[in-house]
Amino acid sequence: MTGMNPLLEARDVIVEFPVKGWRRPPFRALKGVSLTIDPGETLGLVGESGSGKTTLGRAILGLAPVTGGDIRFAGRTVSGLGKRERRALSKDIQVVFQDPYTSLNPAMTVGDILTEPLLVAGTSRADAERRVRGLLDEVHLPADTAHRLPREFSGGQRQRLAIARALSRDPKLIVCDEPVSALDLSTQARVLDLFIEIQERTGVAYLFVTHDLSVVRHISHRVAVMYRGEIVEDGDAGVVTSAPAHPYTQRLLLAAPVPDPARQAQRRAERHRFLAEQAV
Amino acid sequence: MSVPNEPNPAHGPSEPVAPRAGVLRRLLRDPLAVAALAYVAIVVVASVLAPLLTSQSPTASKIADALLPMGDGHPLGTDGVGRDVLAQLLHGGRTSLTGALIVVAVSLAVGLPAGIAAGYYRGWFDGVAGWLSNLVMALPAIIVLLVVLAQWGRSTGLAMAVFGLLIAPGIFRLIRASVVAVREELYVDAARVSGLGDARIMRRHILPVVVAPTVIQVSQLLGIAIVLQAGLEFLGLGSENQASWGGMLNDAFANIYSAPRLLLWPSLAIVLTVTAFSLIGNALRDALGVGGTAVHVRSRAEAAPSGPVVAASPSPAGEADESDEADVLLAVEDLHVAYPRPDGSQAVVVKGASLSVRKGEILGLVGESGSGKSQTAFSVLGLLPPLARTSAARMEFGGRDLRGLSPAAMNRLRGKRIGYIPQEPMSNLDPSFRVGNQLVEPMRHHLGLSRNAARTRALDLLERVGVADPERVFASYPHQISGGMAQRVLIAGAMSCDPELLIADEPTTALDVTVQAEVLDLIRELQAERGMGVILVTHDFGVVADLCDTVAVMQTGRIVETAPAARLFAEPQHEYTRMLLASTLDDCEPRAARSHPVQNLGGTR
Amino acid sequence: MITFLLRRLAAGVVLVFVIATATFFLTGLTGSDPAQRIAGTQAGAAQVAAKRHELGLDRPLVERYADWLGHAVRGDLGTSWFTNQPVSRVVGEALPVSLSLVLAAILLTAAVSIVLGVAAAVRGGWADRVLQVVSVVAFAVPNFLVGMILALVFAVQLGLFPAIGYVKPSVDPAGWLASITLPALALAIGAIATVAAQTRGSMIDVLRQDYIRTLRSRGLPARSVLLKHALRNAAPASLTVLSLQFIALIGGAVVIEQVFGLTGIGERATSAASQGDVPLVLGVVVVTVVLVVIVNLLADVLLGWLNPKVRMS
Repeated sequence: MTGMNPLLEARDVIVEFPVKGWRRPPFRALKGVSLTIDPGETLGLVGESGSGKTTLGRAILGLAPVTGGDIRFAGRTVSGLGKRERRALSKDIQVVFQDPYTSLNPAMTVGDILTEPLLVAGTSRADAERRVRGLLDEVHLPADTAHRLPREFSGGQRQRLAIARALSRDPKLIVCDEPVSALDLSTQARVLDLFIEIQERTGVAYLFVTHDLSVVRHISHRVAVMYRGEIVEDGDAGVVTSAPAHPYTQRLLLAAPVPDPARQAQRRAERHRFLAEQAV
Repeated sequence: MSVPNEPNPAHGPSEPVAPRAGVLRRLLRDPLAVAALAYVAIVVVASVLAPLLTSQSPTASKIADALLPMGDGHPLGTDGVGRDVLAQLLHGGRTSLTGALIVVAVSLAVGLPAGIAAGYYRGWFDGVAGWLSNLVMALPAIIVLLVVLAQWGRSTGLAMAVFGLLIAPGIFRLIRASVVAVREELYVDAARVSGLGDARIMRRHILPVVVAPTVIQVSQLLGIAIVLQAGLEFLGLGSENQASWGGMLNDAFANIYSAPRLLLWPSLAIVLTVTAFSLIGNALRDALGVGGTAVHVRSRAEAAPSGPVVAASPSPAGEADESDEADVLLAVEDLHVAYPRPDGSQAVVVKGASLSVRKGEILGLVGESGSGKSQTAFSVLGLLPPLARTSAARMEFGGRDLRGLSPAAMNRLRGKRIGYIPQEPMSNLDPSFRVGNQLVEPMRHHLGLSRNAARTRALDLLERVGVADPERVFASYPHQISGGMAQRVLIAGAMSCDPELLIADEPTTALDVTVQAEVLDLIRELQAERGMGVILVTHDFGVVADLCDTVAVMQTGRIVETAPAARLFAEPQHEYTRMLLASTLDDCEPRAARSHPVQNLGGTR
Repeated sequence: MITFLLRRLAAGVVLVFVIATATFFLTGLTGSDPAQRIAGTQAGAAQVAAKRHELGLDRPLVERYADWLGHAVRGDLGTSWFTNQPVSRVVGEALPVSLSLVLAAILLTAAVSIVLGVAAAVRGGWADRVLQVVSVVAFAVPNFLVGMILALVFAVQLGLFPAIGYVKPSVDPAGWLASITLPALALAIGAIATVAAQTRGSMIDVLRQDYIRTLRSRGLPARSVLLKHALRNAAPASLTVLSLQFIALIGGAVVIEQVFGLTGIGERATSAASQGDVPLVLGVVVVTVVLVVIVNLLADVLLGWLNPKVRMS
């Protein structure tokens, strides 16, 4: 990765939310987080609930207030941009949310949902509609999908629609916030494969936020582990997800059950041993 | 792709607003709504054309003509001071409708923009507007109107305009609430990330959601305005020299002993008009698909105790079981669960499931969403909604037939001999009662313990499930403890009466991995300690591998494969099981080893 | 909890102050000349000026306001322009009548709404239909019309209750009850419809909650789950609506008092309003808002007792 400018670079990012009440100190969700994402790369961001992983994704998207540090995209600072400049960035940075049920407006047809970002960007309606047919094909949904409402689709199909929307203007980075954790096992595997297939074809980079180590291992080139608003470990995905260095990551890995009774018994014993050592 | 007919979970605050074109058509399909619309149309026309419909003046009084009956020149007679009733009725309609329109116009003009702005931008404007609306809502409208009328003299138009202001907070709060709800939706975030500006987000995503509640509210408002206006006029505070329905009632009240019939016409006019507006409002609500009635039917069904499992067609008698029956704790054969659909057909969610749990055995019931695994578990507990039609060839617990058991008899088993651990820890504790109270209540009920004995036992249990400070947690309310702690409390609750069978419905799905590992350890220890049989409902093969002796795999209502855990993982027999196991990602090679970032291919490394 | 209540109390005092001030300036700034009205249309300029001076209307508005406020905080709400009686006394005499009426209506509302709302939520059927009928009647039939019909049937035709007039409870408790029964009933119907619908709705919501199923899984008797746990959780929403209905009932009483010939504050306010007796109207507004604040405070205490989250904050 040397000699290449990172696509996204976050330096000492701090995000604070005001706390209700008189003179209460704000809640600090991110306590100085730094990371980089290269073009075409998937960075997995793992953590448990409340670790700040979703907040970091939202900060990159401009949906959470960055109160310290900065976020650079293609060398240019993008945290704290004005509304207009932020909107211009929508071409390059896109999102797929966790919940496929609330991320698509239930009152709009799939066609309207997918053409909207294109029309806003000044594409003609005819071009936008042509593009949408291409997009639906890219996410393996039939072309007649465009006339239907989101509620006619299953969770996995809706997630494909959300991916199509994110792809519509050929972004360079997609923030994926737990995009498969609401899905069934078999659906999850297929949606992940779709993510990989798209990346290999288009060279888009992903920030892949998840709580699931096996998912992150499957899709990421590199992994960063978050704990209480800080990144405690990052590095090559294969290394971090099989031989982690930080005690928290070790605990996380040992706690995740393996789908194999014998190996799980082994891992359980290992975990008990590890916890006993930690307690000493 | 995933199962095509996957049931859509009811989601979000509302999924209203079907395409607009259909609304009018649906409205016209409702005969009550059509009648109400027709009636309102007649009232409007009669009011507008009042001077053409009667030659009598509504205000000219002639004492000599007082209280004339129906007849020549006065189709509906005259009132206490000799005014023509029909003319008053027609002209009064003008007054009422004009007043109602003023109220609606003023309250919308104030409440709608304020509600949208406050809901979308929040901030200081929201604070100020909220404070003002609370202030106005703390005032009885009619008292304020008395002040206004005392000051500026009797004017119905002025009173209605002020009333519009007074009722605007209602509109404001309604609109603000719906805007806030939409604003929090992820699709608005997605629109923002897509590069939509505020104005466009407002037009495309916010306004459509506001239309339905506003339209419904307006129809209610028209009625409220007419009633309030009639009240003012009845008090004698309407505009002078202007016919009105309320004024007619005032006159009728004055002559209530001599001519009670005078009450009839203005009363009818008010009641019918207001009812018509109300009916139109209700019909619009249905047509726009806001707050459907179906939800109520369903919820009411869930509220009442569930129906018993009925015996299915003759139990396959004489079919000697190869396993030895003495050990079997729970035996279910050929279980069916179905729900009636509105169109009269049935949605069958469990189709002939059979399973058995031995003493001390942990059975994993695995499947994807919609496979019927939870329905199967709940039918054993007798906790399915009563709409559910359940039948089984056999359902025995500890040698006792559960089919057709009375609710009281089932209550004696539930909690005492069959324990239950739910999925979401935080939503499964009653927020209004202390944790201790919720633990003590079942023990006192089932075991007849004294308050103190139950308390001691509850504290012991809390300690047993790994709560560090049992006294504190015992005295806490649910919102004061963490999710992991709450799940321990629920496990303690399930254990409290030493059940023989434990039914755990995705007990760790809502927990973080590290907490999940601890809770799985706890369940394993407790099971070993007490020798319980366990049904563990889960979708996670890792959890199955960790805990289960036997596994039953469910697919769309059927159990497709049952096997000892080791064998199931090693040699899955059914195609579906194989597919599920292949979908687990744990054994995949890491991506990093498979491929490098795309643009690095053949590059620097 | 204590700080919470103190904050609410402070907010209440501010509310009373703001409303009183707003009303004072509203009535002081514009409109027709009250002195002319009181002195009569035939009065000459000198007479009107004398009247104006007598009422203090020739002094600057701010000065009058300071004067009025100074007296008001000590319980002196001024003197009626028309009867020359102290406003405090007029309102003080009328208040028990209105309070009897409104409190009776509130109690009736609470009792009927709980039974009807819970029954409709759990059983549906007849309770649902009764609730629907009550809602339609309450919405479409003005309460004074209901009052007139009740009076016609139960007082005039059947002679079960007096048609008009108020009996002091100290004079004849049974007579007092009889004198407020019909008006309270007429008044309560609207509130019953609203509160019962809320109770039904929140009961249905609560019964759908996960913890209700878990409580049932513990083998607790259905009655305990319903009346102890579900009702307790549904109560706060109903209570909030009930306290809002109190405001509506005070307004409704204004008209109902007219129908049943009760000299409550509503009746006083109505005649004061039609005469343009500003001090009396102002007094009624202040007393009403104080009542509303007190009731809201009581509701807050009850809510805190019902809802641990409020109590703990």
